Amino acid sequence: MSVLWTLLGMILTIFLLLGIAGFLVFAERRVLALLQNRWGPNRLGPLGVGQALADALKLLTKADFLPSFADPWLYRLAPLLVAFSALAAFAVIPLSPDISWAGDWQIGLLFILALSSLHVYGVFLGGWASGNKFALYGAIRAVAQLVSYELPMGLSLLAIVLLSGSLSLGGMTSAQSLPYILLQPLGFLIFTIAGIAETERLPFDLPEAESELVAGYHTEYGGMPFGFFFLGEYVSLVLTAMLISLLYLGGWHGPWAPGWLWLLGKSALLIFCFFWLRATLPRPRYDQLLHLGWRWLLPLALVNLMGTALVAAGLRWGWL
Amino acid sequence: MRLGLRAWVLGFWTTLRQLGRWPVTLSYPEEQPQIAPRWRGRPVLTRDPDGDERCVACELCSAVCPTHCIELEGDDRPDGRRYARAFRINFSRCIYCGLCEEACPTLAIQLLDEFAFGKERRADFVYPKEALLIDGPGKHPHYRYYDHAGVRIEAATAVPAAAAPLDPLDNRP
Repeated sequence: MSVLWTLLGMILTIFLLLGIAGFLVFAERRVLALLQNRWGPNRLGPLGVGQALADALKLLTKADFLPSFADPWLYRLAPLLVAFSALAAFAVIPLSPDISWAGDWQIGLLFILALSSLHVYGVFLGGWASGNKFALYGAIRAVAQLVSYELPMGLSLLAIVLLSGSLSLGGMTSAQSLPYILLQPLGFLIFTIAGIAETERLPFDLPEAESELVAGYHTEYGGMPFGFFFLGEYVSLVLTAMLISLLYLGGWHGPWAPGWLWLLGKSALLIFCFFWLRATLPRPRYDQLLHLGWRWLLPLALVNLMGTALVAAGLRWGWL
Repeated sequence: MRLGLRAWVLGFWTTLRQLGRWPVTLSYPEEQPQIAPRWRGRPVLTRDPDGDERCVACELCSAVCPTHCIELEGDDRPDGRRYARAFRINFSRCIYCGLCEEACPTLAIQLLDEFAFGKERRADFVYPKEALLIDGPGKHPHYRYYDHAGVRIEAATAVPAAAAPLDPLDNRP
Protein backbone atom coordinates (compact mmCIF):
# COMPACT_ATOMS: atom_id res chain seq x y z
CA MET A 1 0.00 0.00 0.00
CA SER A 2 2.76 2.39 0.91
CA VAL A 3 4.45 1.59 -2.40
CA LEU A 4 1.27 2.53 -4.20
CA TRP A 5 1.03 5.83 -2.36
CA THR A 6 4.65 6.61 -3.09
CA LEU A 7 4.10 5.83 -6.76
CA LEU A 8 1.03 8.05 -6.87
CA GLY A 9 2.91 10.82 -5.14
CA MET A 10 5.80 10.55 -7.56
CA ILE A 11 3.47 10.72 -10.56
CA LEU A 12 1.83 13.77 -9.01
CA THR A 13 5.25 15.32 -8.46
CA ILE A 14 6.16 14.69 -12.07
CA PHE A 15 2.99 16.36 -13.29
CA LEU A 16 3.55 19.22 -10.89
CA LEU A 17 7.09 19.67 -12.20
CA LEU A 18 5.94 19.52 -15.81
CA GLY A 19 3.30 22.10 -14.96
CA ILE A 20 5.92 24.31 -13.34
CA ALA A 21 8.14 23.90 -16.40
CA GLY A 22 5.28 24.89 -18.68
CA PHE A 23 4.53 27.86 -16.48
CA LEU A 24 8.19 28.87 -16.48
CA VAL A 25 8.22 28.96 -20.28
CA PHE A 26 5.40 31.49 -20.05
CA ALA A 27 6.93 33.32 -17.07
CA GLU A 28 10.24 33.64 -18.87
CA ARG A 29 8.53 35.22 -21.86
CA ARG A 30 6.72 37.71 -19.64
CA VAL A 31 9.81 38.56 -17.59
CA LEU A 32 11.96 38.96 -20.70
CA ALA A 33 9.25 41.18 -22.15
CA LEU A 34 9.26 43.30 -18.99
CA LEU A 35 13.02 43.66 -19.19
CA GLN A 36 12.80 44.59 -22.86
CA ASN A 37 9.93 47.11 -22.62
CA ARG A 38 7.49 44.76 -24.31
CA TRP A 39 4.23 43.15 -23.21
CA GLY A 40 4.91 39.50 -23.90
CA PRO A 41 2.06 37.00 -24.20
CA ASN A 42 -0.86 38.72 -22.44
CA ARG A 43 -3.89 37.59 -24.39
CA LEU A 44 -5.14 34.30 -23.00
CA GLY A 45 -6.39 34.16 -19.44
CA PRO A 46 -5.38 36.41 -16.55
CA LEU A 47 -2.06 38.10 -17.38
CA GLY A 48 -1.82 35.74 -20.34
CA VAL A 49 -1.12 32.70 -18.19
CA GLY A 50 -3.30 30.59 -20.50
CA GLN A 51 -0.48 30.81 -23.02
CA ALA A 52 1.35 28.04 -21.12
CA LEU A 53 -1.69 25.78 -21.50
CA ALA A 54 -2.12 26.68 -25.15
CA ASP A 55 1.53 25.89 -25.87
CA ALA A 56 1.24 22.53 -24.13
CA LEU A 57 -1.92 21.68 -26.09
CA LYS A 58 -0.26 22.71 -29.32
CA LEU A 59 2.75 20.47 -28.64
CA LEU A 60 0.50 17.55 -27.71
CA THR A 61 -1.56 17.77 -30.89
CA LYS A 62 1.39 17.94 -33.28
CA ALA A 63 2.15 14.92 -35.43
CA ASP A 64 4.59 12.41 -34.00
CA PHE A 65 7.24 12.63 -36.67
CA LEU A 66 10.13 10.29 -37.43
CA PRO A 67 12.58 11.42 -40.12
CA SER A 68 13.39 8.70 -42.63
CA PHE A 69 17.13 9.21 -42.07
CA ALA A 70 16.95 9.03 -38.29
CA ASP A 71 17.87 6.11 -36.08
CA PRO A 72 14.38 5.22 -34.81
CA TRP A 73 15.28 3.76 -31.42
CA LEU A 74 17.82 6.32 -30.33
CA TYR A 75 15.69 9.09 -31.80
CA ARG A 76 12.82 8.07 -29.54
CA LEU A 77 15.03 7.37 -26.55
CA ALA A 78 16.91 10.68 -26.42
CA PRO A 79 14.12 13.07 -25.33
CA LEU A 80 12.98 10.57 -22.72
CA LEU A 81 16.51 10.41 -21.32
CA VAL A 82 16.69 14.19 -21.09
CA ALA A 83 13.30 14.50 -19.41
CA PHE A 84 14.02 11.54 -17.13
CA SER A 85 17.39 12.82 -16.00
CA ALA A 86 15.89 16.17 -15.12
CA LEU A 87 12.83 14.76 -13.36
CA ALA A 88 14.53 11.93 -11.50
CA ALA A 89 16.95 14.33 -9.83
CA PHE A 90 14.02 15.74 -7.87
CA ALA A 91 13.76 12.45 -5.98
CA VAL A 92 16.65 13.55 -3.76
CA ILE A 93 15.79 17.25 -3.50
CA PRO A 94 14.51 17.86 0.02
CA LEU A 95 11.78 20.46 0.22
CA SER A 96 12.35 20.72 3.96
CA PRO A 97 14.32 18.48 6.39
CA ASP A 98 11.69 15.73 6.28
CA ILE A 99 10.05 16.14 2.85
CA SER A 100 11.89 14.23 0.15
CA TRP A 101 11.03 11.17 -1.92
CA ALA A 102 14.34 9.41 -1.37
CA GLY A 103 14.41 10.30 2.30
CA ASP A 104 17.76 11.56 3.44
CA TRP A 105 19.67 9.46 0.92
CA GLN A 106 23.35 9.47 1.77
CA ILE A 107 24.57 9.78 -1.83
CA GLY A 108 22.06 12.34 -3.03
CA LEU A 109 24.70 14.64 -4.48
CA LEU A 110 26.35 11.81 -6.42
CA PHE A 111 22.94 10.80 -7.75
CA ILE A 112 22.36 14.31 -9.06
CA LEU A 113 25.81 14.48 -10.66
CA ALA A 114 25.23 11.08 -12.28
CA LEU A 115 21.90 12.22 -13.68
CA SER A 116 23.45 15.37 -15.02
CA SER A 117 25.91 13.13 -16.89
CA LEU A 118 23.00 11.07 -18.18
CA HIS A 119 21.54 14.31 -19.51
CA VAL A 120 24.61 14.62 -21.73
CA TYR A 121 23.81 11.20 -23.24
CA GLY A 122 20.27 12.26 -23.99
CA VAL A 123 21.40 15.42 -25.71
CA PHE A 124 24.13 13.72 -27.70
CA LEU A 125 21.98 10.78 -28.76
CA GLY A 126 19.28 13.18 -29.85
CA GLY A 127 21.70 15.04 -32.07
CA TRP A 128 23.35 11.91 -33.37
CA ALA A 129 20.20 9.93 -34.05
CA SER A 130 18.58 12.78 -35.94
CA GLY A 131 20.93 12.26 -38.87
CA ASN A 132 21.11 16.02 -39.41
CA LYS A 133 24.34 17.98 -39.56
CA PHE A 134 23.00 20.91 -37.54
CA ALA A 135 21.72 18.54 -34.91
CA LEU A 136 25.10 16.81 -34.83
CA TYR A 137 26.94 20.11 -34.49
CA GLY A 138 24.62 21.08 -31.65
CA ALA A 139 25.21 17.72 -30.00
CA ILE A 140 28.99 18.02 -30.32
CA ARG A 141 28.88 21.46 -28.80
CA ALA A 142 26.58 20.26 -26.05
CA VAL A 143 28.87 17.39 -25.13
CA ALA A 144 31.97 19.57 -25.08
CA GLN A 145 30.21 22.24 -23.06
CA LEU A 146 28.56 19.90 -20.58
CA VAL A 147 31.72 17.90 -20.01
CA SER A 148 33.85 21.02 -19.57
CA TYR A 149 31.49 22.59 -17.10
CA GLU A 150 30.81 19.44 -15.13
CA LEU A 151 34.39 19.48 -13.85
CA PRO A 152 34.33 22.91 -12.16
CA MET A 153 30.81 22.15 -10.97
CA GLY A 154 31.90 18.92 -9.28
CA LEU A 155 35.02 20.56 -7.84
CA SER A 156 33.08 23.46 -6.36
CA LEU A 157 30.66 20.95 -4.85
CA LEU A 158 33.55 18.99 -3.34
CA ALA A 159 34.49 22.03 -1.30
CA ILE A 160 30.99 22.04 0.16
CA VAL A 161 31.22 18.33 0.86
CA LEU A 162 34.43 19.10 2.76
CA LEU A 163 32.73 21.78 4.79
CA SER A 164 29.59 19.87 5.63
CA GLY A 165 31.04 16.37 5.82
CA SER A 166 28.00 14.92 4.07
CA LEU A 167 26.96 13.83 0.59
CA SER A 168 23.22 14.03 1.21
CA LEU A 169 21.53 17.23 0.24
CA GLY A 170 19.60 17.30 3.50
CA GLY A 171 22.77 16.93 5.51
CA MET A 172 24.57 19.59 3.53
CA THR A 173 21.74 22.04 4.04
CA SER A 174 21.33 21.27 7.71
CA ALA A 175 25.05 21.82 8.22
CA GLN A 176 24.75 25.45 7.14
CA SER A 177 24.67 27.47 10.31
CA LEU A 178 25.43 30.36 8.02
CA PRO A 179 24.83 30.08 4.28
CA TYR A 180 27.77 28.69 2.35
CA ILE A 181 27.64 31.64 -0.03
CA LEU A 182 29.48 33.52 2.73
CA LEU A 183 32.07 30.80 3.27
CA GLN A 184 32.36 29.89 -0.40
CA PRO A 185 31.69 32.97 -2.51
CA LEU A 186 34.03 31.74 -5.22
CA GLY A 187 32.45 28.29 -5.16
CA PHE A 188 29.02 29.87 -5.41
CA LEU A 189 30.05 31.86 -8.45
CA ILE A 190 31.61 28.84 -10.14
CA PHE A 191 28.67 26.59 -9.37
CA THR A 192 26.17 29.17 -10.62
CA ILE A 193 27.99 29.71 -13.91
CA ALA A 194 28.52 25.98 -14.40
CA GLY A 195 24.91 25.30 -13.46
CA ILE A 196 23.62 27.71 -16.06
CA ALA A 197 25.96 26.14 -18.59
CA GLU A 198 24.65 22.70 -17.64
CA THR A 199 21.07 23.75 -18.31
CA GLU A 200 22.16 25.23 -21.67
CA ARG A 201 20.47 28.52 -20.97
CA LEU A 202 21.01 31.69 -22.82
CA PRO A 203 24.45 33.00 -22.13
CA PHE A 204 25.56 29.40 -22.71
CA ASP A 205 22.98 28.15 -25.19
CA LEU A 206 25.48 27.30 -27.89
CA PRO A 207 24.17 23.74 -28.35
CA GLU A 208 20.88 25.21 -29.60
CA ALA A 209 22.05 28.55 -30.94
CA GLU A 210 19.19 29.42 -33.26
CA SER A 211 21.16 31.92 -35.27
CA GLU A 212 23.92 29.44 -36.08
CA LEU A 213 22.46 25.92 -35.88
CA VAL A 214 18.80 25.81 -36.82
CA ALA A 215 17.79 24.64 -33.37
CA GLY A 216 20.81 22.59 -32.37
CA TYR A 217 20.40 19.03 -31.23
CA HIS A 218 16.59 19.08 -31.35
CA THR A 219 16.35 20.42 -34.91
CA GLU A 220 14.61 17.28 -36.17
CA TYR A 221 12.22 16.97 -33.25
CA GLY A 222 8.65 18.13 -33.22
CA GLY A 223 5.57 17.68 -31.09
CA MET A 224 5.93 16.07 -27.71
CA PRO A 225 9.46 14.66 -28.22
CA PHE A 226 10.55 18.26 -28.71
CA GLY A 227 8.38 19.12 -25.73
CA PHE A 228 10.38 16.66 -23.62
CA PHE A 229 13.62 18.40 -24.53
CA PHE A 230 12.03 21.71 -23.77
CA LEU A 231 10.51 20.61 -20.49
CA GLY A 232 13.78 18.92 -19.58
CA GLU A 233 15.55 22.24 -20.00
CA TYR A 234 13.12 24.09 -17.78
CA VAL A 235 12.92 21.32 -15.19
CA SER A 236 16.69 21.36 -14.94
CA LEU A 237 16.48 25.13 -14.61
CA VAL A 238 14.31 24.61 -11.54
CA LEU A 239 16.68 21.90 -10.39
CA THR A 240 19.71 24.18 -10.69
CA ALA A 241 17.95 26.98 -8.86
CA MET A 242 16.91 24.63 -6.05
CA LEU A 243 20.40 23.14 -5.83
CA ILE A 244 21.99 26.57 -5.55
CA SER A 245 19.53 27.67 -2.91
CA LEU A 246 19.97 24.39 -1.00
CA LEU A 247 23.74 24.27 -1.16
CA TYR A 248 24.73 27.93 -1.03
CA LEU A 249 21.81 30.02 0.17
CA GLY A 250 20.88 28.01 3.23
CA GLY A 251 17.95 26.13 1.71
CA TRP A 252 15.06 26.02 4.15
CA HIS A 253 16.78 28.08 6.83
CA GLY A 254 15.05 31.36 7.38
CA PRO A 255 12.93 33.15 9.94
CA TRP A 256 9.16 33.75 10.17
CA ALA A 257 8.07 31.30 7.48
CA PRO A 258 7.96 27.53 6.94
CA GLY A 259 11.16 26.09 5.50
CA TRP A 260 9.77 24.92 2.19
CA LEU A 261 8.48 28.43 1.51
CA TRP A 262 11.95 29.85 2.06
CA LEU A 263 13.44 27.27 -0.26
CA LEU A 264 10.89 27.93 -2.99
CA GLY A 265 11.26 31.68 -2.56
CA LYS A 266 15.02 31.53 -2.88
CA SER A 267 14.68 29.30 -5.94
CA ALA A 268 12.15 31.66 -7.53
CA LEU A 269 14.49 34.59 -6.96
CA LEU A 270 17.32 32.63 -8.59
CA ILE A 271 15.12 31.72 -11.53
CA PHE A 272 14.33 35.40 -11.97
CA CYS A 273 18.07 36.07 -11.94
CA PHE A 274 18.52 33.45 -14.68
CA PHE A 275 15.89 35.23 -16.79
CA TRP A 276 17.66 38.49 -16.06
CA LEU A 277 20.96 36.98 -17.18
CA ARG A 278 19.31 35.88 -20.38
CA ALA A 279 17.98 39.38 -21.01
CA THR A 280 21.39 40.94 -20.40
CA LEU A 281 24.19 38.78 -21.73
CA PRO A 282 24.95 37.94 -25.35
CA ARG A 283 25.99 34.46 -26.38
CA PRO A 284 29.78 33.99 -26.25
CA ARG A 285 31.72 32.52 -29.11
CA TYR A 286 32.39 28.82 -28.83
CA ASP A 287 36.12 29.16 -28.09
CA GLN A 288 35.34 31.83 -25.50
CA LEU A 289 32.97 29.41 -23.83
CA LEU A 290 35.56 26.65 -23.56
CA HIS A 291 38.19 29.24 -22.61
CA LEU A 292 36.06 30.35 -19.68
CA GLY A 293 35.40 26.78 -18.64
CA TRP A 294 38.93 25.39 -18.79
CA ARG A 295 41.15 28.38 -18.12
CA TRP A 296 39.12 30.23 -15.52
CA LEU A 297 36.52 28.09 -13.83
CA LEU A 298 38.52 24.88 -13.54
CA PRO A 299 41.69 26.45 -12.01
CA LEU A 300 39.58 28.67 -9.78
CA ALA A 301 37.57 25.68 -8.63
CA LEU A 302 40.80 23.80 -7.89
CA VAL A 303 42.20 26.74 -5.92
CA ASN A 304 38.91 27.02 -4.08
CA LEU A 305 38.96 23.33 -3.20
CA MET A 306 42.62 23.43 -2.06
CA GLY A 307 42.01 26.51 0.04
CA THR A 308 38.94 25.01 1.62
CA ALA A 309 40.79 21.76 2.32
CA LEU A 310 43.72 23.61 3.90
CA VAL A 311 41.47 25.69 6.12
CA ALA A 312 39.39 22.67 7.08
CA ALA A 313 42.51 20.67 7.91
CA GLY A 314 43.92 23.59 9.81
CA LEU A 315 40.78 23.91 11.87
CA ARG A 316 40.67 20.19 12.59
CA TRP A 317 44.30 19.84 13.63
CA GLY A 318 44.53 23.16 15.32
CA TRP A 319 46.96 24.94 13.00
CA LEU A 320 44.68 27.96 12.81
CA MET B 1 39.12 37.82 -20.99
CA ARG B 2 39.38 41.13 -19.21
CA LEU B 3 37.07 41.46 -16.24
CA GLY B 4 35.67 44.97 -16.35
CA LEU B 5 33.53 44.91 -13.23
CA ARG B 6 32.00 48.30 -13.87
CA ALA B 7 30.86 47.30 -17.34
CA TRP B 8 29.21 44.15 -15.97
CA VAL B 9 27.35 45.98 -13.24
CA LEU B 10 26.29 48.67 -15.69
CA GLY B 11 25.01 46.07 -18.15
CA PHE B 12 22.94 44.27 -15.57
CA TRP B 13 21.58 47.52 -14.19
CA THR B 14 20.60 48.64 -17.67
CA THR B 15 18.33 45.66 -18.16
CA LEU B 16 16.98 45.63 -14.60
CA ARG B 17 16.09 49.32 -14.80
CA GLN B 18 13.59 48.54 -17.55
CA LEU B 19 11.33 46.79 -15.00
CA GLY B 20 9.85 50.08 -13.90
CA ARG B 21 9.21 51.35 -17.39
CA TRP B 22 6.00 51.04 -19.30
CA PRO B 23 6.23 48.88 -22.44
CA VAL B 24 6.66 50.79 -25.66
CA THR B 25 4.66 48.17 -27.55
CA LEU B 26 1.12 49.09 -28.55
CA SER B 27 -1.53 46.46 -27.86
CA TYR B 28 -2.60 46.97 -31.43
CA PRO B 29 -6.27 46.26 -31.99
CA GLU B 30 -7.22 48.00 -28.74
CA GLU B 31 -4.68 50.79 -28.96
CA GLN B 32 -4.44 52.39 -32.36
CA PRO B 33 -1.11 53.81 -33.44
CA GLN B 34 -0.78 57.51 -34.10
CA ILE B 35 -0.32 57.83 -37.85
CA ALA B 36 2.21 60.43 -38.95
CA PRO B 37 1.01 62.97 -41.53
CA ARG B 38 3.45 61.66 -44.11
CA TRP B 39 2.60 58.03 -43.50
CA ARG B 40 2.44 55.98 -46.69
CA GLY B 41 -0.69 53.89 -46.45
CA ARG B 42 -3.02 52.67 -49.16
CA PRO B 43 -2.99 54.78 -52.37
CA VAL B 44 -6.30 56.46 -53.20
CA LEU B 45 -7.57 58.67 -56.02
CA THR B 46 -8.56 62.11 -54.75
CA ARG B 47 -10.85 64.82 -56.11
CA ASP B 48 -10.52 68.51 -56.74
CA PRO B 49 -11.94 70.96 -54.20
CA ASP B 50 -14.95 71.31 -56.49
CA GLY B 51 -15.53 67.57 -56.56
CA ASP B 52 -14.19 66.73 -60.00
CA GLU B 53 -11.77 63.85 -60.46
CA ARG B 54 -8.13 64.88 -60.45
CA CYS B 55 -6.74 61.99 -62.46
CA VAL B 56 -5.98 62.87 -66.08
CA ALA B 57 -4.90 59.33 -67.06
CA CYS B 58 -1.34 60.32 -67.96
CA GLU B 59 -0.15 56.83 -66.90
CA LEU B 60 2.94 58.20 -65.16
CA CYS B 61 2.01 56.36 -61.96
CA SER B 62 1.64 53.14 -63.88
CA ALA B 63 4.95 53.70 -65.63
CA VAL B 64 6.91 54.50 -62.48
CA CYS B 65 5.41 51.74 -60.37
CA PRO B 66 8.23 49.27 -59.58
CA THR B 67 5.85 46.36 -59.10
CA HIS B 68 3.56 47.20 -62.01
CA CYS B 69 0.51 47.05 -59.86
CA ILE B 70 -1.30 50.05 -61.35
CA GLU B 71 -3.31 49.56 -64.51
CA LEU B 72 -5.43 52.26 -66.12
CA GLU B 73 -7.09 53.27 -69.34
CA GLY B 74 -7.49 56.89 -70.32
CA ASP B 75 -10.26 58.45 -72.37
CA ASP B 76 -11.64 61.86 -73.36
CA ARG B 77 -14.68 63.23 -71.63
CA PRO B 78 -17.34 65.00 -73.72
CA ASP B 79 -16.02 68.34 -72.38
CA GLY B 80 -12.59 67.50 -73.80
CA ARG B 81 -10.90 66.63 -70.51
CA ARG B 82 -8.87 63.47 -70.06
CA TYR B 83 -10.03 61.05 -67.42
CA ALA B 84 -9.39 57.46 -66.40
CA ARG B 85 -12.09 55.21 -67.77
CA ALA B 86 -10.75 52.33 -65.71
CA PHE B 87 -8.21 52.37 -62.89
CA ARG B 88 -7.08 49.29 -61.04
CA ILE B 89 -4.48 48.79 -58.33
CA ASN B 90 -3.49 45.31 -57.28
CA PHE B 91 -2.71 45.72 -53.58
CA SER B 92 -1.28 42.26 -53.25
CA ARG B 93 1.68 43.62 -55.22
CA CYS B 94 1.80 47.22 -54.03
CA ILE B 95 4.83 47.95 -51.85
CA TYR B 96 3.67 51.40 -50.69
CA CYS B 97 6.79 53.08 -51.99
CA GLY B 98 4.91 56.25 -52.89
CA LEU B 99 6.57 56.69 -56.28
CA CYS B 100 3.16 56.98 -57.94
CA GLU B 101 2.32 59.86 -55.63
CA GLU B 102 5.60 61.59 -56.52
CA ALA B 103 5.04 61.04 -60.23
CA CYS B 104 1.47 62.25 -60.33
CA PRO B 105 1.33 65.70 -61.96
CA THR B 106 -2.18 66.45 -60.72
CA LEU B 107 -1.77 65.16 -57.12
CA ALA B 108 -4.56 62.73 -57.87
CA ILE B 109 -3.05 59.57 -56.47
CA GLN B 110 -2.08 59.91 -52.83
CA LEU B 111 -0.97 57.52 -50.14
CA LEU B 112 -3.22 58.18 -47.15
CA ASP B 113 -3.28 56.58 -43.71
CA GLU B 114 -5.13 53.29 -44.23
CA PHE B 115 -2.78 50.37 -43.58
CA ALA B 116 -4.80 47.41 -42.29
CA PHE B 117 -6.95 45.90 -44.99
CA GLY B 118 -6.39 42.18 -44.95
CA LYS B 119 -8.50 40.02 -47.23
CA GLU B 120 -9.21 36.34 -47.44
CA ARG B 121 -8.86 36.03 -51.22
CA ARG B 122 -6.20 37.39 -53.51
CA ALA B 123 -8.74 38.58 -56.04
CA ASP B 124 -10.18 40.94 -53.44
CA PHE B 125 -6.92 42.88 -53.40
CA VAL B 126 -7.53 44.20 -56.91
CA TYR B 127 -9.30 47.50 -56.24
CA PRO B 128 -11.33 48.96 -59.12
CA LYS B 129 -11.66 52.68 -59.65
CA GLU B 130 -14.87 52.94 -57.61
CA ALA B 131 -13.05 51.55 -54.58
CA LEU B 132 -10.02 53.78 -55.08
CA LEU B 133 -11.80 57.08 -55.60
CA ILE B 134 -12.49 59.02 -52.41
CA ASP B 135 -14.72 62.03 -52.01
CA GLY B 136 -12.17 64.47 -50.60
CA PRO B 137 -9.07 66.24 -51.81
CA GLY B 138 -6.68 64.20 -49.62
CA LYS B 139 -3.56 65.94 -48.34
CA HIS B 140 -3.89 68.96 -50.65
CA PRO B 141 -7.26 70.55 -49.93
CA HIS B 142 -6.92 73.62 -52.19
CA TYR B 143 -5.02 72.30 -55.17
CA ARG B 144 -6.63 72.31 -58.60
CA TYR B 145 -4.41 71.25 -61.47
CA TYR B 146 -6.33 73.24 -64.05
CA ASP B 147 -5.75 76.45 -62.11
CA HIS B 148 -2.06 76.14 -62.89
CA ALA B 149 -1.63 74.17 -66.07
CA GLY B 150 -3.23 72.02 -68.68
CA VAL B 151 -5.68 74.71 -69.86
CA ARG B 152 -6.54 74.20 -73.49
CA ILE B 153 -5.22 76.94 -75.79
CA GLU B 154 -7.98 77.43 -78.34
CA ALA B 155 -5.58 78.77 -80.98
CA ALA B 156 -3.59 75.59 -80.91
CA THR B 157 -6.36 73.76 -82.67
CA ALA B 158 -5.44 75.72 -85.77
CA VAL B 159 -2.04 74.03 -86.09
CA PRO B 160 -2.13 71.89 -89.24
CA ALA B 161 -1.87 68.24 -88.36
CA ALA B 162 -1.28 67.24 -91.92
CA ALA B 163 2.55 67.28 -91.85
CA ALA B 164 4.01 64.07 -93.22
CA PRO B 165 4.95 61.55 -90.54
CA LEU B 166 8.65 61.20 -89.85
CA ASP B 167 10.40 58.23 -91.35
CA PRO B 168 12.57 57.03 -88.45
CA LEU B 169 15.07 55.35 -90.77
CA ASP B 170 15.60 58.51 -92.71
CA ASN B 171 16.07 60.61 -89.60
CA ARG B 172 19.84 60.05 -89.17
CA PRO B 173 22.22 62.96 -88.57
